[in-house]
Amino acid sequence: MTIAALFFYLYAAVACASAFMVIAARNPVHSVLFLILTFVSAAALFVLLGAEFLAMILVVVYVGAVAVLFLFVVMMLDVDFAELRQGFLQYLPVGALVGVIFLVELVLVLGTWAVAPEAMRAIQAPIPPLDQVSNTQAIGRVLYTTYVHYFQLAGVVLLVAMIGAIVLTLRHKENVKRQDVGRQIARTRAMSVELKKVEPGQGI
Amino acid sequence: MNLTLPALGPALPEIVILVGALALLFLGAWRGEAARPVVDFGAILLLVLAGAIVVLLPGGTLSTFGGSFLLDPFARFLKILALAGAAAALLMSFDFLRAEKLERYEFGILVLTATAGMLVMISSNDLITLYLGVELMSLSLYVMAAIQRDSVRSTEAGLKYFVLGALSSGMLLYGASLVYGFTGTVGFPGIAAAAKAGSLGLVFGLVFLFAGLAFKVSAVPFHMWTPDVYEGAPTPVTAFFAAAPKVAGIAIFVRVAIDAFPNIVPQWQQIVIFLAIASMVLGAFAAIGQRNIKRLMAYSSIGHVGYTLVGLAAGTPAGVAGVLVYMAIYVAMTLGTFACILAMRRNGEAIEEIDELAGLARTQPMVAFLLGALLFSLAGIPPLAGFFAKFYVFLAAIEARLYALAVIGVVASVVGAYYYLRIVKLMYMDEPKAAFEPMARPLGFVLGITGLFVLLFFVYPAPLVAAAQAAAQSLF
Repeated sequence: MTIAALFFYLYAAVACASAFMVIAARNPVHSVLFLILTFVSAAALFVLLGAEFLAMILVVVYVGAVAVLFLFVVMMLDVDFAELRQGFLQYLPVGALVGVIFLVELVLVLGTWAVAPEAMRAIQAPIPPLDQVSNTQAIGRVLYTTYVHYFQLAGVVLLVAMIGAIVLTLRHKENVKRQDVGRQIARTRAMSVELKKVEPGQGI
Repeated sequence: MNLTLPALGPALPEIVILVGALALLFLGAWRGEAARPVVDFGAILLLVLAGAIVVLLPGGTLSTFGGSFLLDPFARFLKILALAGAAAALLMSFDFLRAEKLERYEFGILVLTATAGMLVMISSNDLITLYLGVELMSLSLYVMAAIQRDSVRSTEAGLKYFVLGALSSGMLLYGASLVYGFTGTVGFPGIAAAAKAGSLGLVFGLVFLFAGLAFKVSAVPFHMWTPDVYEGAPTPVTAFFAAAPKVAGIAIFVRVAIDAFPNIVPQWQQIVIFLAIASMVLGAFAAIGQRNIKRLMAYSSIGHVGYTLVGLAAGTPAGVAGVLVYMAIYVAMTLGTFACILAMRRNGEAIEEIDELAGLARTQPMVAFLLGALLFSLAGIPPLAGFFAKFYVFLAAIEARLYALAVIGVVASVVGAYYYLRIVKLMYMDEPKAAFEPMARPLGFVLGITGLFVLLFFVYPAPLVAAAQAAAQSLF
């Protein structure tokens, strides 16, 4: 067994174990921390495959942004997950049954694992050799040329998500004072100050 | 080193719609609600323009983006259908949204992004484009379902649709990853070349892929969201849901089945047959007890998806042509019926109870006549268009020796006729209730066109049928 294989099994085992802990941990904050561990292990697996760009993206985007955001949400919302799990035991038999069925199906699939020879050819064919092009370059070459529509469509999907969040949540409240620079600059002394002649001894 | 952009021509309709939507979004953000009439008008104009581009692009099969995007006659037919459905639904929405004080300029933009997603789905020739199209469409639809955000029902509809939609996207992705794993490629031609009978793993992926797609077209047993979402969403949104997204969903169903898995037909055929039978039967029986007309239309659409899948189950060019004819007629019938549902207003309030249609023949005879024709057509009674729609798919099923499927379809269609005819009976035989408000002009326009189409289809069916046959032929 080579060192690479050893590390593969190490990271794969850590990824699976921490993925299990994400749903098993009692404390939601621990769940998110295990999620981060899963991501980091997956990133390590990518490095082992020679896909260092994907590995770093995974760490930067998922661990750096998404998981930390999760952590914020979990900590700020203060959801009582223990209460949400009240019915857990009640549904356990049905859930276990579904799980067993899936397990049997998966075993059946793995039992007849057969990859078509055409598939192997498709996998080997288009990748430019690693000694000429790094995988960052290889992705960039196709992502911004041949498959530019993937990139653009993904961007539009995110834009729609943003529009949706604004449409569904933004409310313009009446009577809220807002800064309006144009109006502030256009304001003259005559508009704002009123001089009153107050007679002595009479008040206003 | 090749760093040139691929040809953008075949994707021009999508590009026009998305760039236009961005421009209108800027306008809306800049001018606020004052820009709404311009945005609404611009959105319809963009949809019409995209339809014109689809027609005017050079004929034959165009392919771009490394073969992952395809504009063939099949895609053209369905794109025009989806664009027409979206434009008509948008046109019908204005008066209703104004009356319910829901007018937001984002509505038109969401219709545009959803339609762009549908066009991408229809043209997709690999799994990644397919997924991106599905997500672009679905995400816009989730927001539209919940757009009446002060209504609990609308919010519930949006949330339910979102959660179940996310689940179905997960199944779709799981299936896609299995298919990729067993064939080594995401492109449909590559999958077709590598997919041979005997690979259980590939079939496993196929099942998950079809489960995800069945959810998007609301085929039984993945239909649970449909009645609740259709009932809860504002009526113009329901009209939109029932027309254009179904076209896109059926389109991608057909393309995946025929283009990506032509060598393992028996494996997917049994899935499609099961989906078709379950949808037809449930659509027929569950609709009987409905009191709310939007729920009724939800079950009706489930049933019609079942009939459409009968054509796909045949797996022949005739079957696919039947699917295309069915979709065209279904979109017309659905839009016409929803025009009538949108016109059900009394004292400024929308009415959704079926019983309130009683005696419509005496208060609004013209509307009642056209609605009656549409309902007869939905039930599949000759010589209306709906009969021919069913005729072509059942004929294809019989030619493919799927006799049991055709018989069950005809029986379900007879059962289903009951609830359509009950509405006709209500309109013509029962004592009239108070009259509805007069129909808004866009609704009358859509109802008139679809009603005439349904009534007069049998006089000259050749152009539509010929176009559908040519489109279906391009897949094989």
